[in-house]
Amino acid sequence: MAAPTDTRIEVRKTYKLYIGGAFPRTESGRSYLVSAADGAPLANACRASRKDLREAVRAARKAHVDWAARTAMNRGQVLYRVAELMEGRRDQFAGEVALAEGLRDGRAREVVDRAIDRWVWYAGWADKISQVLGSANPVAAPYFNFTIPEATGVVGLVAPETSSLLGLVSRLAPPLVSGNAVVLIASETRPLPAVTLSEVLATSDVPGGVVNVLTGLKAELVPVLAAHGDVDALDTWGVPEAMRLATEQAAADDIKRLSRRPTTVDEARFDWLDDRATERPEWIAAFLEMKTVWHPIGM
Amino acid sequence: MAAMVSSTDKRVVPAATNGVNSWGLGDGQAIPWEYAPAPEARDLVTLKERYGLFINGRSVAATGGGTFTTVDPATEQPLARVARATTADVDKAVRAARRAQSRSWGQLPGKERAKYLFRISRILQERSREFAVLESMDSGKPIKESRDVDVPLAASHFWYYAGWADKLDYAFPGRVARPLGVAAQIIPWNFPLLMLAWKIAPALAAGNTVVLKPASTTPLSALLFADVCVQADLPPGTVNIVTGPGEIGMDLVTHKLVDKVAFTGSTEIGRRIARGVAGTDKALTLELGGKAANIVFDDAPLDQAIEGIVNGIYFNQGEVCCAGSRLLVQESIAEPLIDKLKDRLATIRVGDPLDKNTDVGAINSKSQLDKITELVQSGIDEGADIYQPACDLPDRGYFFRPTLFTNVAQSHRIAREEIFGPVLSVLTFRTPEEAIEKANNTVYGLSAGVWTDKGSRILEMVSRLKAGVVWANTFNRFDPTSPFGGYKDSGFGREGGMHGLHAYVRLEDR
Repeated sequence: MAAPTDTRIEVRKTYKLYIGGAFPRTESGRSYLVSAADGAPLANACRASRKDLREAVRAARKAHVDWAARTAMNRGQVLYRVAELMEGRRDQFAGEVALAEGLRDGRAREVVDRAIDRWVWYAGWADKISQVLGSANPVAAPYFNFTIPEATGVVGLVAPETSSLLGLVSRLAPPLVSGNAVVLIASETRPLPAVTLSEVLATSDVPGGVVNVLTGLKAELVPVLAAHGDVDALDTWGVPEAMRLATEQAAADDIKRLSRRPTTVDEARFDWLDDRATERPEWIAAFLEMKTVWHPIGM
Repeated sequence: MAAMVSSTDKRVVPAATNGVNSWGLGDGQAIPWEYAPAPEARDLVTLKERYGLFINGRSVAATGGGTFTTVDPATEQPLARVARATTADVDKAVRAARRAQSRSWGQLPGKERAKYLFRISRILQERSREFAVLESMDSGKPIKESRDVDVPLAASHFWYYAGWADKLDYAFPGRVARPLGVAAQIIPWNFPLLMLAWKIAPALAAGNTVVLKPASTTPLSALLFADVCVQADLPPGTVNIVTGPGEIGMDLVTHKLVDKVAFTGSTEIGRRIARGVAGTDKALTLELGGKAANIVFDDAPLDQAIEGIVNGIYFNQGEVCCAGSRLLVQESIAEPLIDKLKDRLATIRVGDPLDKNTDVGAINSKSQLDKITELVQSGIDEGADIYQPACDLPDRGYFFRPTLFTNVAQSHRIAREEIFGPVLSVLTFRTPEEAIEKANNTVYGLSAGVWTDKGSRILEMVSRLKAGVVWANTFNRFDPTSPFGGYKDSGFGREGGMHGLHAYVRLEDR
């Protein structure tokens, strides 16, 4: 009498895109094979097309309005809830990260725990950033004058290639805190943790369209993201070195705000576990616009 | 920036003929006034025949000895010959700045940097009239504005940032602020000295050194500022000034020893500059074009709004990136408001920039005048209704009448493109939603204005307008403590205030 476990066939997961709160397959009907760090095949990931990317930007633009209009405290609570839900899926994330990045189990767990904690750290900034980065300005005339930060709008995020979860979360949380919506291109070689993260986002209270996740080839997608006229800012951390110049040139054409990895920083060697290096209000500020308001004072 | 006419500064003489100016009865039909000339003395300014580049604390000729002429746009007469820098000169200037950054200026404690900047501010105050007259001669702006706005604000900008030089730790809690290094700064011709101050003051306060390129039509106040640096005993190489055509600006931007690029000017050039820094670690701030909406609700204090509208678009001949060039009027008050505006336009005095009564001076250059003329013609061709007060323009010089377009559609070029001249496009709206929609319907996002008596409406409008500066029941106010800069294609980064410092520092962990 054989135990049922010996014969049970595993139910595999289909890894899809995440656009506007839904999980479509790529409209292009294409996929690419994703392998583990040791070379073992893991899954077929969607090879998103430029049309998928445009759909994602459209969803982000629509979602940004409501997200930015939420109260700061509400955004903070919603992002904190992402941490809550990830906590319940620690094992799943640890398994995926271990396979994708070739980490031993203990190390993978540390990475996942830190990713969860990073959501908590950034979530807490939502209702503080205006106080820290805003100002009341003592102009030399009878006017009340103040400066407040606002979210830039739609942020294109090219996720770090090496750190598939912790690097991604460290770059994703900062623009979300203030009310930006994000279109992200996941790590090309290690996209699966990003897809699983999108499943967490879908079941958290982050409104659909606030985060959109694309998997595919960076050479195909990054130029479209960089040149897209409705993307206001671009995080180029995960842009391959060979594409850096062309990407930044394309972004220049519509005056995109760039958040660039310094050329002196090697993405593959960057220590995402270093809290001091990765928990920075400057990373939130990179996706803010400062608005200054004047009003006369008088009876 | 005060209202363009104050009741105390006009000498009123009824004139028998031509109805040049009028007051109050509608459409230029009323009592005509005439003003006696009130010229500012030009002899405070001693123009040199030739001006050199300012590199490493000295005035030097350009390599190869090239020069170009800067003219007085009000007379079309040449003012001086100015050195035309070459790529080699740009290199010398950047190397001088690099040396000063690592050896002298960059080594000074903040306390000492502060004292230099206070000195500069004081010297600007002491020589304010000289600067004002020279600025008006070279740029065409009314002496009233260079005297009361440009020069005092430039001085106060240095004053404000002087105080920051030794207090950077308080501006960036938890971080150590380090200078970026050498800043390449390119400024436009509309506020030559003021833009210089906006660029140089925060850069020096944070410990950077600079190479500044003024616009080729307005180099003189920057070269007079070089003299201020000498008077202040500023270490040689801390401030370097190179004059010449636009191409040397790109040489400056792409120079490998430059760490920071700051540009104010057109969006078109801004794109080229952003492309120029692509792929490098250079920090970049851009302050580009605008097409601001000035929104007037039916409960607005009408007379104040009229002054704000006039100040918003006719200040500095409308050659202002944040000019309120699109007037959005609530439909119910459009007619009386436009009537009042036409009356007010008839009192605007256009003419000699050096005349203390002048409200609107000369357009900065022939090419700018041509651009304005072309865009105004497009407004007529596309079917908008033009109104210009009947005023005499001087026989020579680049002048343009204050112009008002009604019946403007959002699709018209005069509603979409930055004219950078005294040309106002009037559109109407019915609901606040429509006003927001129309105001934000532009690639630009530098500034906006809102006129209403209702406080909650002001705050709602403020939060929904995509603009870096929102003036509520006022317009075109500037202050060194107040951050300035754009959303969208109007650029990124802020100048002024604590936020202006951020553009010139690298933050390190404590």
